[in-house]
Amino acid sequence: MRHTISILLENEAGALSRVAGLFSARGYNIESLTVAPTEDSSISRMTLVTRGSDEIIEQITKQLNKLIEVIKLIDLTEGGHIERELILVKINVASVNQREEIKRLVDIFRGRIIDVSDANYTVEMTGTGEKLDAFIKAIEPPLIVEVVRSGVSGIARGNISLRV
Amino acid sequence: MSEANNVEMILGAEIFVKALAAEEVEYVFGYPGGVVLHIYDAIFKQDKIQHILVRHEQGAVHAADGYARATGKPGVALVTSGPGATNAITGIATAYMDSIPLVVITGQVHTALIGNDAFQEVDAVGISRPCVKHNFLVKDVNDLATTMKKAFYIATTGRPGPVVVDIPKDVTINKAPFEYPDTIEMRSYKPMVAGDLGQIRQAAEMMLSAKRPILYTGGGVVLGNAAKELTELTRLLGYPITQTLMGLGAYPATDPQFIGMLGMHGTYEANMAMHECDVLVAIGARFDDRITGDLEKFCPYAKIIHLDIDPASISKNVKVDVPIVGPVDIVLQDLIKAIKETGQQPDSDALAAWWGQIDTWRATDCLRYDRNSELIKPQFVLEKLYELTEGNAIVTSDVGQHQMFTAQFYKFDRPRRWICSGGLGTMGFGLPAAMGVQFAFPNDTVVCVSGDASIQMCIQELSTCKQFDLPIKIITLNNRYLGMVRQWQELFYDKRYSHTYVDALPDFVKLADSYGHIGMRIDKPSEVERALKEALAMKDRLVLMDFAIDQGENVYPMVAAGKGQNEMLLSPERELA
Ligand SMILES: Cc1ncc(C[n+]2csc(CCOP(=O)(O)OP(=O)(O)O)c2C)c(N)n1
Ligand SMILES: [Mg+2]
Repeated sequence: MRHTISILLENEAGALSRVAGLFSARGYNIESLTVAPTEDSSISRMTLVTRGSDEIIEQITKQLNKLIEVIKLIDLTEGGHIERELILVKINVASVNQREEIKRLVDIFRGRIIDVSDANYTVEMTGTGEKLDAFIKAIEPPLIVEVVRSGVSGIARGNISLRV
Repeated sequence: MSEANNVEMILGAEIFVKALAAEEVEYVFGYPGGVVLHIYDAIFKQDKIQHILVRHEQGAVHAADGYARATGKPGVALVTSGPGATNAITGIATAYMDSIPLVVITGQVHTALIGNDAFQEVDAVGISRPCVKHNFLVKDVNDLATTMKKAFYIATTGRPGPVVVDIPKDVTINKAPFEYPDTIEMRSYKPMVAGDLGQIRQAAEMMLSAKRPILYTGGGVVLGNAAKELTELTRLLGYPITQTLMGLGAYPATDPQFIGMLGMHGTYEANMAMHECDVLVAIGARFDDRITGDLEKFCPYAKIIHLDIDPASISKNVKVDVPIVGPVDIVLQDLIKAIKETGQQPDSDALAAWWGQIDTWRATDCLRYDRNSELIKPQFVLEKLYELTEGNAIVTSDVGQHQMFTAQFYKFDRPRRWICSGGLGTMGFGLPAAMGVQFAFPNDTVVCVSGDASIQMCIQELSTCKQFDLPIKIITLNNRYLGMVRQWQELFYDKRYSHTYVDALPDFVKLADSYGHIGMRIDKPSEVERALKEALAMKDRLVLMDFAIDQGENVYPMVAAGKGQNEMLLSPERELA
């Protein structure tokens, strides 16, 4: 099953490679991983999406907790939570028709066109992975110039929080 | 002038040495090179810490490791950058797999050069990452003292392990005040201080309701200094106890409740009792594949209680029913209390029947070997060694058949007296580890049991032994084979002995002699006792005893890889009997 794990870790050089190294050394897979400092710059927050049986996920959380730089973590999948991802898509819009078409699509998906050139639109969109997949599917493949995905960021719903 | 100017500023190299002194480090095992010259200069100028010059960095780390295993204190090794660091890796991985507290300092190139493929640069932090508990690169001399403190704290607390501190040359040259913290708090690292009392009570009840109980204990009991508590618990209950290779000595091997080592080369009675038990109490053990055999067939009737300091060890390989996470000594004390508080006794009828069953397995006499052989049997050498040292030697070993024979035939009644590489299985460990042990216990008899192949993997340390007058007794059980590998080829590869015959062995007597030690060659069973006596009597000399043993001897019983623990191969010798 797919699990989204949120981790607070010391914002230190090498902490990220410890997490990545743990996954490769133990043969766990990482579907996506995002990390950036929090409001407290000494702490980074990581959202990690992985897949595995219950036993493997249990091992993953235990092994992560064992890393000296990991302060705390939660498996968001265990409760209500929200996931968002950001994509930037550069789309070829050579004809007026294509421009209209893409603009309509972007409106339907509540994205924004953030850069325009004579040949391309660049679209910004946030949402769940599924929504972003649906958007990309809706564009004719030859028109897609590049896709940049941030990977998932997640947070628990309601009063549950992950903080030091 | 500001106040800061009145604080004495000292070199990073001096901070480093002062930090070791603050940690009460007695010995640093090391090998110098360019980037650690300032550190070596600082070592030269002081007399608190003794530096032991080894002959290879692997030897330095194994020696620090042997010291740590024998004393319970952290071992310290110091190596230079590049090849110094890479040579140390085998030692670090060895310590990591057996959870040994070490602080290994690697020199690093100047911070300005890091990343430039500078002379003797390797990414020591990157290379060692998968085989350390933690590691640090110190980029600022002002962080050096605190980092050293953290390194010792992390290495020695919780589940112990090696910590690498990578120190660039400029950090040893730059100056800072020396402020060494007494204690350290890390918000991201909080070792457990006790086990959950609810779980402990549940475990107590489960243990008392058992009909066919067994205690299965490992290296964690030794590392956690809980031999006393383990012995008290075992005697209180009257249950059979088996120990892993790493656990030997935590409970006295000469006690009748001890049913021998378990696992791949464990006793028949230990493995059968594991297979048939209804309650398994695992203490400081980690269900390694050399213990469990085929997991599908492992302890099919058992409810499992598992005590460990490391939550990640619990339910990693085998799902357990009652997990208890905490320091083993504290948890065992609480468990003993909880058992007493129930006011209940173990089921004595069931226990008597269980012991009856175990005794029939014991009667198999699974360690029997041919005592009338014309050739020296390795088992015989070890039995004699045990007898002549009265079980009081500290014994290290290398890896192979000789290691298993030692575990089977030398009866360890106390912890920290049996020192071998279990998890990584590192040939070459025995001799340098024995050096660390002998430094820690200069008046004890330290024996290194090795093989003709293993001993050559760190043979250069004979030179260190000479320089520091270490009177280690080395036994090579010389079968002219990579014996353990040959055994597998005999049993599972139709005797195709691919590259396991060791051609062109050195003359070990002359070899010992050329290093300034004493060598002996023993060819006949009738010479074994006399040779051992003679060697052991030489209290101030290193003696290498090269025993020409039966080349075809195999280690039995054996649970072949992938088999269940009750599917043991027994020795042909036993079948004849
Ligand atoms: C560094 C290393 N390389 C290879 C092995 C694989 N190995 C395990 S036992 C063994 C043979 C050891 O031979 P020897 O030291 O003569 O001991 P014996 O089994 O003959 O008693 C080998 C090659 C190992 N454990 N360690
Ligand atoms: Mg051999």
